[in-house]
Amino acid sequence: MSTANTAHSVVEPSQTTKRIAGAIVILYAIITMVPLAWIFLTSFKSPPDSISYPPKIVFQPTLEGYCNLFTTRTRQTPEYIQSLGAPVSTCDEITRNRNMVIAGPSNYWPRFQNSLIIAFGSTFLAVFLGTLSAYGFSRFKVPLADDLLFFILSTRMMPPIAVAIPIYLMYRELGLSDTALGMILLYTAVNVSLAVWLLKGFIDEIPREYEEAAMIDGYTRLQAFRKVVLPQATTGIAATAIFCLIFAWNEYAFAVLLTSGSAQTAPPFIPTIIGEGGQDWPAVAAGTTIFLVPILVFTILLRKQLLRGITFGAVRK
Amino acid sequence: MPVTDTNTTVLDKAADTAVRATPVPLAYRVRGLSDRSIAWLFILPTIVLLLAINIFPLIWAVYLSFTNFRANRPNAEIEGVGLSNYQRVLNDPDIWQAMQTTAHFVFWTILLQMLIGFALAYLIDRKFRGHAFWTTVILIPMMLSPAVVGNFWRFLYQPQIGLFNYVYSFFTGVEPSSFEMLGSVTLSPWAIIIVDTWMWTPYVMLICLAGLRSIPDYIYEAAEVDRASAWRQFWSITVPMALPFIMLAVLFRAIENFKMFDMVVLLTGGGPGSTTEVASITLKREAFESWRTGRASAFAIILFVAVFGLANIYVKALNRVKQR
Repeated sequence: MSTANTAHSVVEPSQTTKRIAGAIVILYAIITMVPLAWIFLTSFKSPPDSISYPPKIVFQPTLEGYCNLFTTRTRQTPEYIQSLGAPVSTCDEITRNRNMVIAGPSNYWPRFQNSLIIAFGSTFLAVFLGTLSAYGFSRFKVPLADDLLFFILSTRMMPPIAVAIPIYLMYRELGLSDTALGMILLYTAVNVSLAVWLLKGFIDEIPREYEEAAMIDGYTRLQAFRKVVLPQATTGIAATAIFCLIFAWNEYAFAVLLTSGSAQTAPPFIPTIIGEGGQDWPAVAAGTTIFLVPILVFTILLRKQLLRGITFGAVRK
Repeated sequence: MPVTDTNTTVLDKAADTAVRATPVPLAYRVRGLSDRSIAWLFILPTIVLLLAINIFPLIWAVYLSFTNFRANRPNAEIEGVGLSNYQRVLNDPDIWQAMQTTAHFVFWTILLQMLIGFALAYLIDRKFRGHAFWTTVILIPMMLSPAVVGNFWRFLYQPQIGLFNYVYSFFTGVEPSSFEMLGSVTLSPWAIIIVDTWMWTPYVMLICLAGLRSIPDYIYEAAEVDRASAWRQFWSITVPMALPFIMLAVLFRAIENFKMFDMVVLLTGGGPGSTTEVASITLKREAFESWRTGRASAFAIILFVAVFGLANIYVKALNRVKQR
């Protein structure tokens, strides 16, 4: 054992090397986080603070960006504002200090809801179809399996705009333009390729003997799939679902071309948030922050599976 | 294990006997569907969906590419124009310009991402304390939405108020309002390359890290015994053994950046002028602004063929990595 340790220490980097390597990597990580930290800070700035020069790092935090994100406002005379009763909420107060009153809710929340519905709907479908196909490809001799798998993967590689032209025409004929259903079907089709490839990897790792044993015990193939394979594949299915969710959540090109109103998702909406005289940066930053938080959480949950996900399951560790 | 084998056959025989003894509908339930029908039952829905949402529209696009169809005039008569759309696309200097711009982006982003990504992976592989945590931190940008990322970088690049100009002037003393990253013909391509590199270096880093970790320690130990220098070890062991992984990363980034759209639209919209107009933006203009659907379809088919070729190489590379 001790000889093995000595042999290993030959390739173990020295303490100094480790320290220098660590310092450079940490420096890079911090620099890479600056833009994100800046957006987060900006979301708590007042509009004048957000565009001051030099950029303010210390400032009076306010919820104005978040208020502006969720509301639409109209300018009113001070007399009119005074004639109103006491402000009913923090946002009400902030808005009145700018000589404005809240006119109604903005479109952010409906767009955010669309993102949720479309992302979860398409993820559910993609993972459902993907699990079935992956099991099929993993356990049975499917004729032309390699060609089919390549076909499935290649559909994901196509440039979205090129795909969007015929989809646009087809959806117009079918009445699916600007509908959540249309977007769910489209994202399912894009995600199912990733789901099949990833899940095939995960299911390949489950020993066939488990199902065979179950089938000897009297389970049918379907029962064995449901009661033996699925529980074993839970981690893989969860990881795949998160990858699908992130894709659908982040997608922009299809969303901007195929939706305009009722089914629009958050990514095409956020850049259109404008205030008086140009882009309302604190509101944009607030919208961005709320939109990115779920992704941060998922990235941390997924960190062990990321490599698999980005290589379609080919590289495992 | 012969014991289990006999058990299997005995049990199988018992099951078969049971099946034969029971009436047909029940037998169906006992034995369930045949494996073959299950295989098709499981795979077909996916294939049908892909045929409906991907392949059928693709065939439609191929048909349209031979016509003068315009999507904003759906009632006009559609005339076949033969190969003239393809001819026009291939002879259009604007489209060649866009292809060149795209190639320029692909080249520089991949070069920078490879260099930084590999260096980071190499350093992380020194396994300093806390490397797992910092790796996760570094990975965050690649998980974000390119459109939302492009939009907030537009804020950072603002000439008067943006953080980027401020930081640059802080270190160099250049007046922060003296340059516009997004408004200048010379700087705007670099503005996009910087954001793309910020976003996708972690991707390359992660795959390179997998490559470095796939090299077994004993190879280095053997080199150490042979007194190979660290430099020699790096070029004769590390680089060649990690190469399949590096190639995988390059190929995937090439395919992705060939399609580059969201981030560029939000950062520059292809401008100023058409300095940053990549292929996808030209395609979008042809299809959804000029409404020359036929010609746009021809261009789309040409892009398909190019990506399909790259994808083919990619899958071969994937399979090669898989065999390790």
